[in-house]
Amino acid sequence: MMKKTLLATACLALGALSQPALADLAVAIAGPMTGQYASAGDQIRRGAEMAIADINARGGVLGERLRLEVGDDACDPKQAVSVANTMVNRKIVFMHGHWCSSSTIPASEVYNEVDILMATVSTNPQVTERGLDNIFRIMGRDDQQGMVAGQYIAETFKGRKVAVVDDKSAYGKGLADEIAKAMTAAGMSPTLREAITAGEKDYSGLVTKLKAAGVEVIAYGGYHTEVALILRQAQAAGLQLTVMGGDTLTNSELVTAAGPAADNVLFTFSPDPRKNPEAAPVVEKFRAAKIEPEGYVLYAYAAFQLFEQAAKAAGSTDYDALERAMRNGSFNTVIGTLSFDAKGDQKAPGFVVYRWQGGQYDYAR
Amino acid sequence: MAYALQQLINGLTLGAMYGLIAIGYTMVYGIIGMINFAHGDIFMVSAFIAITAFTLLAAADVTSIPLALTFVLIVAIFFTSAYGWAVERTAYRPLRGSTRLAPLISAIGMSIFLQNAVQLTQGARVKPIPPVIEGGVELWSTPAFTVQIGWTQLLIIVTTVALMIAFTWMITQTAFGRQQRACEQDRGMAALLGVNVDRTISFTFMLGAALAAVAGVMVTVYYGVVDFFIGFLAGIKAFTAAVLGGIGSLPGAMLGGLLIGLIEAFWAAYLWAEYKDVATFGILCLVLMLRPSGLLGRPEVEKV
Repeated sequence: MMKKTLLATACLALGALSQPALADLAVAIAGPMTGQYASAGDQIRRGAEMAIADINARGGVLGERLRLEVGDDACDPKQAVSVANTMVNRKIVFMHGHWCSSSTIPASEVYNEVDILMATVSTNPQVTERGLDNIFRIMGRDDQQGMVAGQYIAETFKGRKVAVVDDKSAYGKGLADEIAKAMTAAGMSPTLREAITAGEKDYSGLVTKLKAAGVEVIAYGGYHTEVALILRQAQAAGLQLTVMGGDTLTNSELVTAAGPAADNVLFTFSPDPRKNPEAAPVVEKFRAAKIEPEGYVLYAYAAFQLFEQAAKAAGSTDYDALERAMRNGSFNTVIGTLSFDAKGDQKAPGFVVYRWQGGQYDYAR
Repeated sequence: MAYALQQLINGLTLGAMYGLIAIGYTMVYGIIGMINFAHGDIFMVSAFIAITAFTLLAAADVTSIPLALTFVLIVAIFFTSAYGWAVERTAYRPLRGSTRLAPLISAIGMSIFLQNAVQLTQGARVKPIPPVIEGGVELWSTPAFTVQIGWTQLLIIVTTVALMIAFTWMITQTAFGRQQRACEQDRGMAALLGVNVDRTISFTFMLGAALAAVAGVMVTVYYGVVDFFIGFLAGIKAFTAAVLGGIGSLPGAMLGGLLIGLIEAFWAAYLWAEYKDVATFGILCLVLMLRPSGLLGRPEVEKV
């Protein structure tokens, strides 16, 4: 009898121990923390860690401290779903992620079922086109992005041969299709339409094909790692290429990998949040911590500002109240003022064309 | 025509590298009948060793390219062989004599371990080096297209051919080659006749790793970009090459590598580049249906 009671007490004690501290509110990021796009995951993590530290220093959200959970989906749709299930078990109330569109789309179904809000930077139109009410996009969409890129190409490279290339990913193909559509609408038809396999190293076949067709410009849908290789191999084959791509080409890894060939890279991205005067103190803070707030760093920071302000406006972290607050409110973040339409897309996204020059990017022209 | 020639050069270069890695798969399969899934990652490790060696040389202000290449090759071969030996010693030898599946799973574990170890110690970012050898020769100039072969491409093809000749000589003519072939045919009998089986197997792993190291140095020099993930796709392609050529057969691995390189180059050149991998694996399926033991493989004889 004594033994049984002891055992029961021990079990109870264990149960109590495994409960997380009650005063913490779990929020999460998910993205490619490992794998070939891990540098983007790195940016997200740094932005999120800083945001959480700042919010907790201000006293947390509605009196509760935030605790950051990190999920690694490696941009693999299957892994993304299992990350989503893990996060559901950890009782998160808000998710910033995922990063790759092909991960965000399946994972969002899981979060939708159990009512978890998400703010993502994935740009594939399908992310917000499926009628899910829990997803908000703090970045523009590929169709807007493709339109800007396509029109720019048609205007700037009139009379030159342009190829459209993608990497067969949800993001890459979606973007390349939109660019091609916008180019055609602006009266310029692509000379070639090609696709490559992401993760390979050898693109000499593609480069030779471009050279034989006399292509000088490629519109590329995909990630920076492949662009760097294509540029290097084109240069070795004596082909001067200009690349026009999407938001993923903000990554400075492109310049380290491609070297001087990266000077010909153009890409579309939201207006640089680092140039936003209201973001200056935060930018300073990142730089003081030896982190350059490039690419997705400030977006991750802004996602948690969004959550903080929406929770304050709603006066609660319950799903319904939070969702209503987010959809109807307008929020001041380091990436500018955010407000959302009925689908969850940002109301004023706006893309601009940037150019890499000497290891820095700036607005083109 | 000029275009086809250029794609032929591209395909041969790519195929040579696949072939070098494929030999590691095929030799290990030949001698202990397992697929060493960590081999692609050994190749990746060698590329990192090469990058480190190049960086050291740059710091020491070595500007002579032949000297630098020789040094990097020697360093990469030495350390990568050590890795090959260590992987065999720690992950496979303790499992010898257990079920057939055990070392296979152990190999997958080793592959994940190496990948993550490199990611954690070297970082997830790609490591670039500036072009080591620039330029090339124009082979043929037509108004529409100029065929050129880069010095790096030439170097890769020549080195691979030279290594193949040396390797064939070693397997067919030397004492080690004889022991290696003996172990392949019957390990128990070889041991009875005084062949040190464990040592021969270790040596086989080191040789496979050494060839992968040469491929690793070539990739570093040719593409100039290395990350911890390159072993995966290269490993799969090389493994496919080994199976296509007939796993267990050395000339088969080389032939398989070249064929895959050529199929990829020409399919991408004349048909749809997005179906390149479909074509490669489709042809693999076809070959295996018609010749289940691969192009040059010998059908397995049931030992009684």
